[in-house]
Formats: sequence, C-alpha cells, structure tokens
Amino acid sequence: MSEYVLEMRGVCKSFPGVKALDHAQLKLRPGTVHALMGENGAGKSTLMKCMFGIYKMDEGDIYIDGQKTVISDPLEAWDKGISMVHQELQPIPARTIGENIFLGRYPMKKALGFIPVVDHDKMYEDTAKLLKRVRMDFDPKQKLGTLTVSQMQSVEIAKAVAGNCRVLILDEPTSSLTQNEVEALFRIVEDLKKEGVAIVYISHKMDEILRISDEVTIMRDGQYIGTWEAKDLTTDFIITKMVGRELTNLYPKRENVPGDVVFEVEDFTSINPRSFRHCSFNVRKGEILGVAGLVGAQRTELMEGLFGTRSHTSGTIHYQGKELKITRPKDAIDQGIAMLTEDRRGSGIMGVLSVADNISVASLNKYIDYGFMLNTKKIDELVEENRKKMNIKTPSGKTLIQSLSGGNQQKVLIGRWLANDPDVLILDEPTRGIDVGAKYEIYCIIADLAKQGKSIIMISSEMGELIGMSDRIMVMCDGRITGFIDGKEANQENIMALATQFE
Amino acid sequence: MNKKDNFGKKFLNYVKSNPIVVMLVIVAIIVGFTKDNFFSWKNFGNLMSNTAVRFLIALGVSGCLITKGTDLSAGRQVGLAACLAGILIQRGDYSGRLTSLPQMNMFVVLLIVVIIGALLGLLNGAIITLLKVPPFITTLGTQTIVYGLCLVATDAQPIGGFQKSFIDLINGRIGNSNGFHLPYLLFVAALFGVIFWFLYNKMRHGKYMYAIGGNEVAAEVSGVNTTKTLMLIYTTAGIMYAIAGWLLAGKTGGASTSMGMGYELEAIAACTIGGVSTTGGIGTVSGVLVGVLVFELLKIVLQFLGVNPYYNYIVQGVVIVVAVALDVRKYLAKK
Repeated sequence: MSEYVLEMRGVCKSFPGVKALDHAQLKLRPGTVHALMGENGAGKSTLMKCMFGIYKMDEGDIYIDGQKTVISDPLEAWDKGISMVHQELQPIPARTIGENIFLGRYPMKKALGFIPVVDHDKMYEDTAKLLKRVRMDFDPKQKLGTLTVSQMQSVEIAKAVAGNCRVLILDEPTSSLTQNEVEALFRIVEDLKKEGVAIVYISHKMDEILRISDEVTIMRDGQYIGTWEAKDLTTDFIITKMVGRELTNLYPKRENVPGDVVFEVEDFTSINPRSFRHCSFNVRKGEILGVAGLVGAQRTELMEGLFGTRSHTSGTIHYQGKELKITRPKDAIDQGIAMLTEDRRGSGIMGVLSVADNISVASLNKYIDYGFMLNTKKIDELVEENRKKMNIKTPSGKTLIQSLSGGNQQKVLIGRWLANDPDVLILDEPTRGIDVGAKYEIYCIIADLAKQGKSIIMISSEMGELIGMSDRIMVMCDGRITGFIDGKEANQENIMALATQFE
Repeated sequence: MNKKDNFGKKFLNYVKSNPIVVMLVIVAIIVGFTKDNFFSWKNFGNLMSNTAVRFLIALGVSGCLITKGTDLSAGRQVGLAACLAGILIQRGDYSGRLTSLPQMNMFVVLLIVVIIGALLGLLNGAIITLLKVPPFITTLGTQTIVYGLCLVATDAQPIGGFQKSFIDLINGRIGNSNGFHLPYLLFVAALFGVIFWFLYNKMRHGKYMYAIGGNEVAAEVSGVNTTKTLMLIYTTAGIMYAIAGWLLAGKTGGASTSMGMGYELEAIAACTIGGVSTTGGIGTVSGVLVGVLVFELLKIVLQFLGVNPYYNYIVQGVVIVVAVALDVRKYLAKK
C-alpha cells in the first residue's frame, strides 16, 4: 500500500503558445487537507482538469494507491473516487435538494414491473443520510433555491461525497461565505478528514490555508515549486514562493491626507425592510473609507442605494453641502459619483466588446463632436492614457475585454470610471478574484486617487485589505452601521465585534 | 510577414468562420456556369432590387438582435405599410378605390406610413422596456395585432391601381434593363447602409446599443439610458419596415394582406448568416448585407435550378438552422 492515495507525477500540458504545466506534481495523503496554491494562471486549475481527464496530459502519470492509472473523463474520475466542488456552484434552484444531489444518476425502479421510473423514496432517504454527513438538517424535498449560498455549497459537498469519495477538491470554497459559515465548512472538512478523505484545498486566503491544511503545494508558471508542512509556513514565505520575488509590502505607502468632510449621507433607508436602514456616514476629501461587514450586512445594497440602482424610502445625500438627487445611476454619474460593482462579470464588463468600448461607455458624452459624431481619436487617446497609467496588459484597444485577465479587466473598469473624473468613488470588492501581483497594482491606484483628493469608499471582505488600506473603517451589521474605527487602531477583533452586533 | 500572406490568412479565416457564405457563393458560381442567363444584367438587377428591400428590413431587425432582442412583427409591419401605402397611392380615378381621400403625393404617403411604422415600433419598445415583456413574446403579440390592423384596413381585398409615376420611380434604374444597369433601389439600400454604419460605429446611440447587447446590467450601471436606447432601436426598426413596405408596394405594383409574411424570419436568418450573434453585442452592417445577399442569391439559384417553389421553404429552413448551428459552434469552440 502506498502512503499516497493519489499522485500526479511529471505532468506537462501545452496549449498553443503556452506551456500551462511544466513537470507539475501533486501527492495526496489520505485523511489530510492539502492546500494547492499559486497565483491565477499558475496552473492549478489546469492540473485539476488533467486529474479529471478534462484535459489530456502531454506527459506525466497518475497513480492511485501506487497503481498507475489513466483517467480519461470526469465520470471515470468519479468512479475512482475523485470529486470536486467548483468555485461557482451550478445549482438548479427550482428543484429539490435531493434532485440536485442525484442529478444525472437518479436511483431507478420498475413501476408495474417494467416501466423504469425514478425511485423517489430511495433518493430522498439517501439524501437525508448524505445531508447528515455534512451536518445539515434539512428536508431533502425542500427547494434548493430556498437555501443560502453556504447551505447550497454544503449540498454540493454532500453531492461530491455521495459516492465512494477518496479525493475531494474544494476550489475557493469560502469566497462567498461569512465567518460563521467558514467555521461550519471547516467542521465538515474535519469530519471528512477523519473518514480518511484526502482534500485538495484551493484558495487565496492565507489565514484559512494556514489554519486548515496539513500540507501545502505551491505552483508558479505551471511549475512545481515545492511541498511543505503547513505548520512550518508563514504568509510571507508562501507569498514569496508564489510570486517568485520578495514582496516587501502587501500594501503601498499611502500619502493621502484626508481633508474636510465633503460627502454626507443622512438617515438612508431601503424600501426593503430587511435591507439597509437609518444609515448615516460621511467621507472626507482624499479619504479612504473602508466598509466592513459579514455577507448579508447589506453593504453592497447601501452603496447601490446611494448610486441609484436600488430604491430608498428616506435619506439624503450631500456633496460639499449641496443635496444630490439620485434615482438612477445616470443621476449619480452626472453628479460626480462612480461605482465599481462587486460582480465584475455580471454588472461590470461587456465581454464581447473591445477594451476601448468598455473603457469609454460611461463617458461617451465627452467625446461627441458637432453634437452627434463620436471622436474616435479621442477615445483611442483615452485608452492609451489608461493603458500607460495603470499598466493595463492588452495587445490593443480593439482586443475583446473577455480575453484579458481579471486584474486587467478590473483596471479597465476603473479606467471607465476615472474617465468621468468623479469626486466620490465607490469600490465594491475591488480586488476580488485578482492575483497577488495585480492586487498590489490596484492598491497603488486606489492610494494614488486618494492622494489626488478623491473620496473613496471601499467595501471589502478581506480584513487585511481593509486594515491595510483604510483611513477609517465603517462596520455594518444586518443593514445598520454599527460603528467606525480609525484605520490605525483597527484589527480583526474590533472589526468582528462590530460586524456581529446583531440586534 | 508580408502583406500578401496577411491577406491570405485573413481570407482563410473568413472562409473558416463563414462556411455557409462561401458554400453558397460556390454553388452560385457553379450554377452560373451551367445555366444560361444566370450571369446576365437582368438577373443582376433583379438580385440587387430584391436584396435592397430585404436589406432595409434586416437593418431594422439587426438592432433588436444585437441587444439580445428580436422582432417577430417585422414582416407584418412591412405588409401593413405596403397595404396602407397601396390604399393611399391608388389613382384618383381608379374604380376599385378603397378610400374617399383625394389622390395623394407618394412622398406624403411615405411620410404617413413612416409615422405609423415609428408608432408601432415605439409600441414594441414601450412594452419591452416599460412592461418588461420579453421581446419574443411582445413582438409575437404585436405581429398578430398588426396583421389584424391590416385586415381591417384593407377588408382583406388585394389593392391595385397605383399611380403610374410611383411604380415607375420604384422600378426605375440607371441604364438599360437589358444591358448594364443599376436599379434606384440599389442606391436607397446603399444610402441606408451608410446611415446605419455611421449610426452603429460613429454615434453614441450605436455604442450604447452594443453595450446593452454586451451586458445590459453593466450598461445601466454605466449610466446608459437603456430604456430610451431600446425604444429608439425598436422605433428605428419600425421606420425601416415602413420604408421597406412602401418600396415593396411600388416594386410589386400592388399590395395584399399576405405581403411580408415570414419576412421577419428571413431577416433574422440573414442577420445570423451575416454574423450577428444571437447572444448579443455582436453584429455589423456589412455582415447584415452579406447575409441578405447570400439569402437572396440562394433564392435565385433555386429558381434557376428549376426547383419546385414549394421546396424553397425547405431549403431555406435548412440553411437557417445550419447557419445558427455554425454560429453557435464558433462560441462553443472558444470556451
């Protein structure tokens, strides 16, 4: 018997023009959590796709229990006990939990002895057992859509471990979970560990990795960098290995000096009674105001209310003493407010359009000649200017935005807003899903904007980012603002204390 | 890489991404060399005039498609415009006159049908944006309404007896019909082609249209007035159908309630063959032109091959499905 349940050795995979994997390897011990780390593009997901037979390896072998095996498609992987919970869940909300779990492999029985029909009793019985395994106490016949995101994720895990699961891959499992939900997930992971399942944990969150994992494998540019015992590692060490160079600072030195209060929000309340209510706060000129809170704290909703994409029943907004009337995004934009939305793909980029179209769409009014014709030369200049200023990596302005990396897409979207020269910038999770190098660049851009005297409101779910970047942190809980903390005094504990101040 | 290679590569790429266009052109060439009169000025003129009218309709639909919508009322709107134009353009002394109004100038009639077309388009736009009814259902409803209006207006009677000057103008041409000639309709199509190219590429409205097709939520967040833009798109479409209907009445020399039936499907198919993506945000005026041209070419080829007209529908239907299947594959391959 091998000491590893699954091994991948010397895996190479090339795509036209890129060597995505260059002798990568991964060795999983049963009953352990193995973190797989690397920047975006380091080859983590390519390696996983090779494990599942979605990609065919150019070179390299897979061993299960020391036996050389070939896995040619995901179904075969499933049969061999390998399953995966994807970062983006693909649930069918209108069907029941049981149907979601057994989708595609419904237990069957024969009605009247010959008509094959789905055996619902058995399906729901099995579902109940599986749910117990992931510490969930739900009616298997409940519609999936009635669950929260974290509960749906637990269902996905239940689905993944339904068979004879020996290797479970969790891809960024905590990206949309609250702290409590993360704890619940970790308990499930611990349970599975005890059952002897080897868990591959893909995440960018250092604190989680250091807490939950036993071993850490780091990849960079498709190459295997090394495997270490988690208990010997530090955040700095991991980042150095991932980036391949010393990162002296995670956050840039900020030189902005907050001035007078310019942006004031008074008693803002949503039309939805369960959303934000009686929110009052202000932002100074040249200040970075961080906004902390758990998922569900209604931070995004409050900002969308200010920006005009959501309705409010009461409340006023003033900029430099002048009241702003905002009922739709256009009003906000015309009055000097910009909002980088949380969901880059859903409400940010227009994927099939060019970088130039994406960057100019919010400011086209500025590029009209003779009252009707667009000045394409000026738009090209805008693209060029942004490309240089923010180091956007794109072959040209005509390139489709969907072919850029997340970090570069985000820079284009920041450029879109800066083209209007706004006074107040609302940034909702500006670095979500962006790799370490590009994150730093975005922080530099934010710091520079504050230095220029812009007022910045930054929502973030990453504590480090909030503490490292904010002059002041506003904390929300359950639709209310529960307090403000000075950036210098902020720490994980005092933020969490305010973020969990439920009524 | 030198310029020649570059052109070769581009040509190859075009062939790869537009197999249906290439295939039909090859078929046309083969038919041309095997059948007499295919390569004739008369046939060329026919192709041009047919294409011209269909191009205007396809231009109208293209905006709806680029914004992820559709317009199933297009064909019936063309029919209504043709019938109304027919009624108003009948000679004052024609015995079968359907109206007691005095004989009207054809351009006044054009203005009237354009206004009606614009209102119908605006109605579509308003239902889609204000009542949030999906475009497919909205225009399915208005398609039936418009047909009903047409039946009421004409009492289901065929309309003839047009002013001669009208028929002469629409069917006019530069040059002799037996030799080299360019139909007036060709210039009308060219004019609108240029206008739409400018609208789509050089004006804010066009950029907003592509933005909505690319990501409507993002467009709204970026300050695009999506309601206004969409209403404008459907209104413009209505105007194009009205102009096409007016031209069609003149071209045919008569009008009936069955006119324009199914034109919307042909226009949508032509747009798709020409690269307007059904997933939104993609489409060019030149592509629409190619699509329409290819579709009209297909019809003429079938005619020359002596295919029973009843089979035409079958062939055209197959081409539509194959074109969309190939279009979808382009995006599947990229994943």
